[in-house]
Amino acid sequence: MTNLSQDPKAISGDFDGRFGDFGGRYIPESLNHAVVELERTFNEAWADPEFMATYLSILNSYGGRPSPVTKCNNLSRSLGIELYLKREDLNHTGSHKINNVIGQALLTKRMGKTRIIAETGAGQHGVATATAAALLGLKCTVYMGELDTERQALNVFRMKLLGSEVVAVTSGSRTLKDAINEAMREWVACVEDTHYCIGSVMGPHPYPYMVRQFQKIIGEEARPQINALIGNDPDFVIACVGGGSNAAGTFHAFVESRSALIGVEPAGGAAVGRGVPGVIHGMRSQFLQDEFGQLQEAHSVSAGLDYPGVGPEHSYLSAIGRAQYESVNDEEVLSAFQLLARSEGIIPALEPAHGLAYIVREAGKAIPFGSSVLLTMSGRGDKDAETVAHMLGYFQ
Amino acid sequence: MGEILIENETSCSLEVRLRSQRAKGRKILVPYVTGGYDDSWLETIQAIAEAGADAIEIGIPFSDPIMDGPIIQAASQQALDRGVTPASIFAQLEKLDIDVPLIAMTYCNLVFHSGFERFGGWLSMGGVTGTIFPDLPLEESHKWSDYAESIGIANILLVAPTSSISRSQEIASASRGFVYGVGLMGVTGIRASLAESASKVASSLKAITDRVVLVGIGISTPQQAKEVAQVSDGVIVGSALVKRLLDGEGPNGAYAFISSLRSGLDDL
Repeated sequence: MTNLSQDPKAISGDFDGRFGDFGGRYIPESLNHAVVELERTFNEAWADPEFMATYLSILNSYGGRPSPVTKCNNLSRSLGIELYLKREDLNHTGSHKINNVIGQALLTKRMGKTRIIAETGAGQHGVATATAAALLGLKCTVYMGELDTERQALNVFRMKLLGSEVVAVTSGSRTLKDAINEAMREWVACVEDTHYCIGSVMGPHPYPYMVRQFQKIIGEEARPQINALIGNDPDFVIACVGGGSNAAGTFHAFVESRSALIGVEPAGGAAVGRGVPGVIHGMRSQFLQDEFGQLQEAHSVSAGLDYPGVGPEHSYLSAIGRAQYESVNDEEVLSAFQLLARSEGIIPALEPAHGLAYIVREAGKAIPFGSSVLLTMSGRGDKDAETVAHMLGYFQ
Repeated sequence: MGEILIENETSCSLEVRLRSQRAKGRKILVPYVTGGYDDSWLETIQAIAEAGADAIEIGIPFSDPIMDGPIIQAASQQALDRGVTPASIFAQLEKLDIDVPLIAMTYCNLVFHSGFERFGGWLSMGGVTGTIFPDLPLEESHKWSDYAESIGIANILLVAPTSSISRSQEIASASRGFVYGVGLMGVTGIRASLAESASKVASSLKAITDRVVLVGIGISTPQQAKEVAQVSDGVIVGSALVKRLLDGEGPNGAYAFISSLRSGLDDL
């Protein structure tokens, strides 16, 4: 069983909710009480051996952890690098999201709350939350942009099958950012018995920090695993970035290593790469905005990365130069999606296919031949098969 | 419970004005209008000033209004779709000639994105003397509050039904202009009946501060306004007015509705 490190600090030192100039807690006063209670409950739980034992035992016996690191022999040969995947796609519910929701569902019970709400883009976080709610006997409502309920109709059915209510959000751009707005509005009205289970390393403190802590199991498993395979830390550690939870969870264990850290964003939603600092959804971070500070819509083939902002830790890692953020376009992603399926027998989710697309494009360039590369395979592609089939003209 | 804190007199004109209204025994009425929701929005503001508003909140439309319910969301979206920007709202307000203080109500990204000096310049140009940012809580508010005060603008802070007494005291002390008591746990919108929390938040604030205490969110009718104002110094009414504007009642409908609220409050 993996034991998570107890370190209560973020890389910026004693943790007060700021990652350098980023983070903070920009919320309506009505939510202050709940967010402060959550911070206290999380800190107590994280230091409580009994809580940690329960959390890790669910992740292992129910979630399928630890997930393996797999070497991609065929792709390594053709790209001229050593490529390893951290297999979060093998987790129960098909992605890394389960690591976070089990933690937050347990906290919900610890706070004596009976209901959990969540936002979802592609539906991965919604399905994971609905799963945790079913497991732990909580009521659950998931907010999803109306456009995404159409793009990911099967995930809507999955959530309902798991006993959750799904609300299609019709305001604004009808995507992830609007689902977050609506979940926050609902939370203001029902905060006394309801916990808002945010799905990424974003939102007001303690969420970016707390979700990173729940996700850092990815990197804390992967570092010894890859060291056992290659006798060293890899030259590159790469992960896709929407809000950035799988990347934050992967990077954390490597921040003080020699490995280069690269987050890969969709070209149409590159909040670190093309955004500017702003204060939205409870946090100061990088966002895509117009000249007056209105939040812009992100556009990506992957609903899970369709978010015009990013978690504050990534803004910070970028600002201090510790991690670098690159982007890839939808075409590169589609081709990487197919490449991994054909060459390794692994159908990736469209989100981590962004990471692979960057590796394929940069092998022999920004990633020199012979480099060792660890990519977090944050989810599996079952949910995307239909979308990709349509895009490739298979259903014509 | 502690004593009532007597806050230092401030130089900001909004607070001076509201305190003097209260001293005359008048209950304070602050309607909210979304800036630029249609072509007649300036006439609407004129009309509600004439109908007896003591100050007027102008909503500056924001793409992601997390404290607003469906009515104000729809008005904001309608304004954004018409191409309204913060700069265009303040430029139009400059043309307004009324003797009622204006307060800008919006979300804090607009001020952070533009920068304090640019945003402050717009406020001054539009004759605005107060700001409300529902997503800028006490801990994050100091820099803007200090800057705003230096240019004569009051930054108004909110107290929720869930705020503790000691926290409410801190907020009331840091707030300028007035203290905004949030009448219920929820976002802006019309409610059929008045939440119990509305009068509670008013009485708990009145017990700890001598700042003007106004209650908003979920106050939709003259009867509800009257009930809260028995305890508070006055009320803020948003969605109930904006709903009428979205329904096309225009400046005349706004005048009639605000007059009915006014006469209800004057009965007290």
